[in-house]
Amino acid sequence: MSNSKILANGVDVYYGSKQALFGISMDIKEKEVTALIGPSGCGKSTFLRCINRMNDLIEICKVSGSIKVDNQEIISEKTDVVSLRSKIGMVFQKPNPFPKSIFDNVAYGPTIHGLVDSKNELEEIVHSSLKKAGLFDEVKDRLNEPGTSLSGGQQQRLCIARAIAVNPEIILMDEPCSALDPIATAIIEELIDELRLNYTIIIVTHSMQQAARVSQKTCFFHLGELIETGETNKIFTNPDNTKTQDYITGRFG
Amino acid sequence: MFFWSLVLIAVGIFSSFIYGRSRIKLNSKKQGTKSKSLPTYYAQYVLMWCLFPALIVYFSWAIFQEQIIQNIVISNFEFIEGAVYNEGLLLAEIRNVANNPSFADGKSIEIINAASHYSSLRQISQISFYTSIIIIMLLGALYASQKLKPEFHAQHTIERYIQYILIFCSSVAIFTTIGIVFSLIFESLRFFAEVSIFEFLFSTEWYPFIPIREGQTAAEGSFGAVPIFAGTFLVMVVAMCVAVPLGLLTAIYLAEYASQRVRKTVKPLLEILAGIPTIVYGFFAFVSVAPFVKAFGQSIGIDASPTSALAAGMVMGVMIIPFISSLSDDVINSVPQSLREASLGIGANKAETIKKVILPAALPGIVGAFLLAISRAIGETMIVVVAAGTAPNLTGNPFENVTTVTVQIVVALIGDQEFDNPRTLSAFALGLVLFVITLFLNIIALQIVKRYRERYE
Repeated sequence: MSNSKILANGVDVYYGSKQALFGISMDIKEKEVTALIGPSGCGKSTFLRCINRMNDLIEICKVSGSIKVDNQEIISEKTDVVSLRSKIGMVFQKPNPFPKSIFDNVAYGPTIHGLVDSKNELEEIVHSSLKKAGLFDEVKDRLNEPGTSLSGGQQQRLCIARAIAVNPEIILMDEPCSALDPIATAIIEELIDELRLNYTIIIVTHSMQQAARVSQKTCFFHLGELIETGETNKIFTNPDNTKTQDYITGRFG
Repeated sequence: MFFWSLVLIAVGIFSSFIYGRSRIKLNSKKQGTKSKSLPTYYAQYVLMWCLFPALIVYFSWAIFQEQIIQNIVISNFEFIEGAVYNEGLLLAEIRNVANNPSFADGKSIEIINAASHYSSLRQISQISFYTSIIIIMLLGALYASQKLKPEFHAQHTIERYIQYILIFCSSVAIFTTIGIVFSLIFESLRFFAEVSIFEFLFSTEWYPFIPIREGQTAAEGSFGAVPIFAGTFLVMVVAMCVAVPLGLLTAIYLAEYASQRVRKTVKPLLEILAGIPTIVYGFFAFVSVAPFVKAFGQSIGIDASPTSALAAGMVMGVMIIPFISSLSDDVINSVPQSLREASLGIGANKAETIKKVILPAALPGIVGAFLLAISRAIGETMIVVVAAGTAPNLTGNPFENVTTVTVQIVVALIGDQEFDNPRTLSAFALGLVLFVITLFLNIIALQIVKRYRERYE
């Protein structure tokens, strides 16, 4: 268990008096893609948002239990949320570029974290991030145009570039392809496969094919509980739990 | 007279309603078919045909009766050769005598004759008024009752009528506005016939006193409105200096930092500020703020006058805080949550997120809020009347007396004035300028706000 990147232990989440997650424990390996699947409202997004403390934004949300990232406890008052989030990038369901230029969208993170000393350095980071997100060739001539002028798939890759510009170790993806057409989805999936070499990726998805295509590990959530977790191959061919079996064969969900 | 006619109309519509309902029930029973609409729609149909013609008669009588009677009385008046009459005074005298016969003592025979003529005309008018109302209501009901057949779609007709009524109501406001604009324009043209438009817009001397009677030794008036515009501008700038930072920071606190509970309490409280009558702000400016400004001015060695642009502007600034805070708060709130999450997700803190993402995204809407506040500020009257003074000083010193467009309009209209000299007419020209400026500010502001809304919806 030495290359464990994220270690969750007994995570409970309450929205007000309603419990959304029940004692989730999970071990996520470094430089792998882990897919969280399950029917709507099963808590997979909630769990994802615990990892970068995004649930803090919701006033009534209470998180307890333990999540360790690189052996550092993050469910604690003392956690430095800002540095945690700079280490864990996030890509959202709907592409959400800032209403700024393409360049400024990617430059935002490095600038606020003071990662660069000069304009040249900033340019280098922006270009390399766009390249890593597979977007550079498409936008290199119009970096000053607004990010919102891109197509949906390009916007989502711009958001990925924005996330990796601060050099995170983990990338959380919350249904990154649900607003995209099949071609844009295919491009993002290929990209995820490439990014796996350098980043630990956790992806929430509704598409079982997508989970099967891009992930090495799959976790199945149901009604706020983690039902089964294991190698993607195994989950999709020979799951231990009948609920998992029912879900992936389309009997419910 | 008009009270009893209202009772008459009320009785008319009540009975027409009852009549319409029972009539359609009877008719459909006779034919053995069910009526196409519910009986109450037929009743409403009869009611409308009874009510609206009667209302038209009612209002035309109310508006024209007195005028017509007076014209007849005057045209039949036996004028004495050589005597000079003032028509208004004469009419007042005739009316007095007619209403109160004891005033007749010592009046000339022509006046007494005219007064009795006046009374008899009034009587005739009254009788014909009642008869025509009754007749018109009966005619309306008669016309409507012919349509009370079960196969008649009363509901469709009623809905069309209701639509007409709604259109009429909404056009009242529009036509009133158009009327006001035209009267402003025409009266301003009269003003500009006497004072050149270049003098008005570019000359710096405002001295709107002209000799009213012959032989009066007042100087020739001058109508250069530049000091007035400058005063308005100065007060507005002071007001915005107070309102923009306070309002914007309030909005940021409410939208980004305050908990739901605080927000729900504070926002309505702030909006109450906008509901305080402006004259109350005026007291406050004059009684509390102006003396303070004067004392403060003296303490730093500036000779401040008891009323000043600063005092009026500061209080006006407080008055428009809710405009800015409330509108900006709405705008900031409509910045999509996903942008906040994106920024925070990269590891930005709250202040960076607000400064670099939220405010730039909300900027057009915030600018729109500023422009609306400006147009409110330059149109504001009572605070400046009380606290800014009336001296048309061309100055940039906020400790001095200044005057604004609205104040000068008030000054021009105070007292018993005929609208035939440039002094009073100047009010219309100033009003026109004010109207044009605020109109443009509002149009620009609304455009900006609209464009911004479209972007996120």
